[in-house]
Amino acid sequence: MKSVKSELSRRDFLKTSGALVVSFSAVSMIGPLSVAQGPFDTHPSHVDPEKLDSWLAIAADGSVTAYTGKCDLGQGMYTAQTQLVAEELCVPLDRVKLIQCDTAITPDQGTTSGSQSSPTNFNTRNLAQAAATAREALIAMASAKLAMPADQLRVEDGVVSASDVGTKPGKRVSYGELIGGKHFDITVNANAKRRSTSEWRILGKPVPSMDRVALMTGTFEFVHNVHVPGMVHGRVVRPPDPTATLAHVDHDSVKEIPGVIEVVVRKSFVGVVAEKQWQAAQAAEKLKVTWKPGPKLPPQKVFSDYIRRQPSRDTMLVNSKDVDEKLKAAAKVLHATYFYPYQAHGSIGSSCAVADVQADHATIWSPTQSVYPTQHGISALTGLPLEKVHVIFVRGSGCYGLNAADTVSYDAALLSQAVRRPVRVQLTRKDEFTSENYGSSCVIEQRVAIDTNGAITAWDCESWSASFGGRPGYDTPGNVITGRLAGFEPETVKPRPASEPSEELSNGSNIVPSYLAGCVNGKCAGAGSIRSERVLSRAVSSPFFTGPLRSPLRLQNTFAHECFMDEIAASVKVDPVAYRLQHLTEKRIIDVLKAAAKAADWQARPSPRPQNSRTGTVSGRGVACVAYEGDNGYAALVAEIEVNLASGIVQPRRFVIANDSGPISNPDGLRNQMEGGVLQGMSRALAEEITWDEHHVTSVDWASYNNLPLGIEVPVVECVLLDRPSFEATGAGETAITLAAAAIGNAVFDATGVRIRQAPFTAERIKAALNERTAA
Amino acid sequence: MAAISLKINGRVHTVEADPQTPLLYVLSDELRLRGPKFGCGLAQCGACGILLQGKVTRSCVTPVSAVKDQEIITLEGLGTPEQPHALQQAFIDEGAAQCGFCLSGVILTAKALLDEAPKASDEQIRDSFSNVLCRCFAHTRMMRAIKRYQAGLQ
Ligand code: FES
Ligand code: FES
Repeated sequence: MKSVKSELSRRDFLKTSGALVVSFSAVSMIGPLSVAQGPFDTHPSHVDPEKLDSWLAIAADGSVTAYTGKCDLGQGMYTAQTQLVAEELCVPLDRVKLIQCDTAITPDQGTTSGSQSSPTNFNTRNLAQAAATAREALIAMASAKLAMPADQLRVEDGVVSASDVGTKPGKRVSYGELIGGKHFDITVNANAKRRSTSEWRILGKPVPSMDRVALMTGTFEFVHNVHVPGMVHGRVVRPPDPTATLAHVDHDSVKEIPGVIEVVVRKSFVGVVAEKQWQAAQAAEKLKVTWKPGPKLPPQKVFSDYIRRQPSRDTMLVNSKDVDEKLKAAAKVLHATYFYPYQAHGSIGSSCAVADVQADHATIWSPTQSVYPTQHGISALTGLPLEKVHVIFVRGSGCYGLNAADTVSYDAALLSQAVRRPVRVQLTRKDEFTSENYGSSCVIEQRVAIDTNGAITAWDCESWSASFGGRPGYDTPGNVITGRLAGFEPETVKPRPASEPSEELSNGSNIVPSYLAGCVNGKCAGAGSIRSERVLSRAVSSPFFTGPLRSPLRLQNTFAHECFMDEIAASVKVDPVAYRLQHLTEKRIIDVLKAAAKAADWQARPSPRPQNSRTGTVSGRGVACVAYEGDNGYAALVAEIEVNLASGIVQPRRFVIANDSGPISNPDGLRNQMEGGVLQGMSRALAEEITWDEHHVTSVDWASYNNLPLGIEVPVVECVLLDRPSFEATGAGETAITLAAAAIGNAVFDATGVRIRQAPFTAERIKAALNERTAA
Repeated sequence: MAAISLKINGRVHTVEADPQTPLLYVLSDELRLRGPKFGCGLAQCGACGILLQGKVTRSCVTPVSAVKDQEIITLEGLGTPEQPHALQQAFIDEGAAQCGFCLSGVILTAKALLDEAPKASDEQIRDSFSNVLCRCFAHTRMMRAIKRYQAGLQ
C-alpha cells in the first residue's frame, strides 16, 4: 500500500464541536458528470467518494471523524452510522464523530430517502467500505512500523498490537500515531473485508440513540433553533389554491406594521421580511394580495372516477398475454376496485429554514433530505454559481418524505436574497398543509381467475396514481411550490401508451402484487407463483403537488393487493395465512408471514369470523405481508381489532409485526421504527385524508386534518425481528407502515363481514357499510 | 413595545416586546430556548408546551404580557442533560421518541398531570393527551415512559 504522503495543512482543518473536519473548500468543483464517481449511487461533486479521505479522518488523539451523505431524519441513522464506523474501525462509539450532509464536506449521496440509507451505507460500498478500507490500511501501516506480519496483529480500541501482546509489550501502535492528522491518500478498496457479523461488538447491539438525552432535556438543536448574527424573520404568503397566479400585491397594506423590512415579490412568489417573527407573522396575515384563481378543482366526491378518466402515462410491468383467456375459462372470477386518498406528511413542526444569501455566496441551514439537490435548486433560484451555494443539513421535525423542508429552504433563500440579510422562515401550519407535496391518491382495480380447486390461476391489476411535481432533484426546482411560484416548471405527466415489458421486473413501487411470478422474457423476479399475470400502471395528472410520503405508492398498492387477496381467500373459504402461503415462493416473505402468524398465535380459519354478533362490539383479526420494493425488506403484520357496531369506530387492540431487513444494525432502533411505522400506518388507515372544495384545500390544520393523538387507547405492538446476517442490509423505516391499512381492513372484514375498499376507515364510512349490510 | 419581566427556569429576564407577541416567539427568538417549539401556532398540537405556574400551557397562543412574573418552566428547565428530571430519565430509558420535536408537549403534559394526580388512571392520562400529537407515533414508548415514572412516584 501507499505510504501516507501529504500532511494536512492547517487550512484543511476546522474545529467543529471538538471534531476534526477535513475541509474540501479549497478544492475546485468537478464539472457535473465529468467523472463517474464511486461504485454506487453517489453523484459527482467536489468530494470524490472514491477517495478514502472523503469519508474518514483520524486525528492525532485517535478520534475519528466520518462524513456521510445520509442524514438522520429522526429515525436513528446518526446512531446506526456511528455504530457502523466504530465497528469497522474497532474503536469505541464515543471516539467517532459523524458529520452529516453538508455540501462543503460530505460526499454527495443524493437524497436520504426511500429506505436507501441502510442498503447504501451498510453493505460493501460507501461509508461501510471506507471504514473497512481504513482499518485494513491502518493494520498494513502498523505491520510496516512494527515489522510484524498483518495476520499476527489485532486491533482493539484504536490500537494495533501483536496478537500475543503479553509477550511482546512494545509491539503496539495507535491509530493516532499511525495516521493522526494526515491524509490516507488512497482510494476506497472494493475488496476490503468488512468485519463479519459474528465479530460485531457495537453493530447489532441495541445502542441507545445518541440524541436521546439532548432531546428529552430540550437541548437538541433543530433547524428551528438556528440563530445567525443579524438574522431577521420571514413569512410567505401562499396562493389560496394550488394553481392560482399572482395578480396584485398592495404593499401599502402592511405600512403600519412596525419592523417590516420588505415585501418580496418574485413572479407569483410573495413573502414578507421583518425584524421580529411576530411582525413578519402579522404582516403576512395583513398583506393584501389578489390572485388569479386556477381552474376549478375536480369534485372530491367523484375523484376516484375522475382520475380514471384522465389521459395517462402507462407502464406495463408484466404481461403473460394469457390473462383474458384464463379469466374466460375460470371457475370463478373476482373483481374489486380500491381507492386511497391524498394524505399529508403533516410534520409536527411546520417547516423552517435559515438562509444567508449575499451578493457572491449563500449559506442555507436546511432540514432537507437532499443537501446537494437543494444546492442546485438554490443556485437556480438565486442565480449564484453552484459552488457558491453551501447547504448544511440541520435536523427538522420528522419529515416522512418530501414535506415542506425543500420548499421552505427555497423560501428562505429568496427572501434573504431580496434583503441581503440572513432570514429565518417559519411556515405556518396552514402553509405546511396547503403547499406540501401530498402522498398520491390512487385507484387500483384487480381481477382474478380462480379454478375449481380454489387456487388463483390469473391476476390482472390496473392502477391509476395522481402525480404532479415531486422531488426537485438536481434540476427541477418547480417540483415544489416555491420553485413553481418563482417561475420554474414542475414535472407533469406526459401521457403515452404502454409498451410491452422488456426488462427484468423491478417492483420498486410494489405495483405488482407479491403473489405474481413477475416474469419478463422468461426471467421471474416476483415473490409468488401466479404466472398468468398482467399489471398495468397509469400515472395521471394531479391537481395538487405530490411527492414521496413514507412508503410512496407501496402503501397504496399493498393496501389494495393485500385486501383483495383476503377477499379471494374468503371467497374460497380458506384461512388467509394459508392461502397466502399457497401462492408465495420467495422464502423471506414466507418466513416473515409465518413468524408473524406464530407470534400472534394465529388460529387458522377462513374469514369472516363465524357467529360474530350483529350488535355491540365485535372483534376480528387480519393479516398482510409485503416484499418491500420487491426486495428491500420483508414484513408481515397481524392486526387484532374491535368494531363498535353502533358507532362504527374501529379500535385496534394488538399488532404483531415480523420484519426482515437483513443483518440488524441496532435492534432497539429497528423496533422503534416498526412500532412507530405500524401506529402511523394505523392513523393513516383510520383517520387521515386531504379534503378540498371547488377551489381550496380545506384540510389546513389539525382540526380539519385528522390524525390520532397521543390520547388514544394505544394498541399493543409486538415486534418479531428476523436477523439475517448472511443477506445484504435493506431498508426498515417503511416496511411496517406499508401493511397497516391492509391488515386493519382485513380485520374489519373478519369482524363484520364488511369489506371496506376505501381508506380512511372512518366511523361514518364503516357505519354506512354496516347499514348497507343490514339493508341487504 | 414594552419591557416585560419573565421568570423562566428560575431566572428573571426582561425583554422588550410588543405585549401581544406570543410567548413562544420570545422564548425561542429572544431567549434562545430550545425546548418549546413551533408546531402549529394554533393550540392544536402541544409542541410549544411550557409549565406556567405548574400548569401545562401552549405558549404559541399565550401573549407574553399575560405571563409577567409568573413561574415558567420549559423542557430544558425541568432537568439538565447531566441531571435529567426523573420523568425525562424515564423517557431516556424507554427511548421514547423518534424525531423528538413533540417532546415539550408530551413530557410537560405528563408532568403537570402527575404533579396534580400522581395516581391518575389510564383514562385520565388519555384525556390529558387528547390534543397532544406525536407524528412519529412513538406512542407505545411514551406511554411506557409515563407509566414508569408514575410507578416511581407511588
Ligand atoms: S405550537 Fe402551540 S400547540 Fe401547536
Ligand atoms: S417523536 Fe417525532 S413527533 Fe414525536
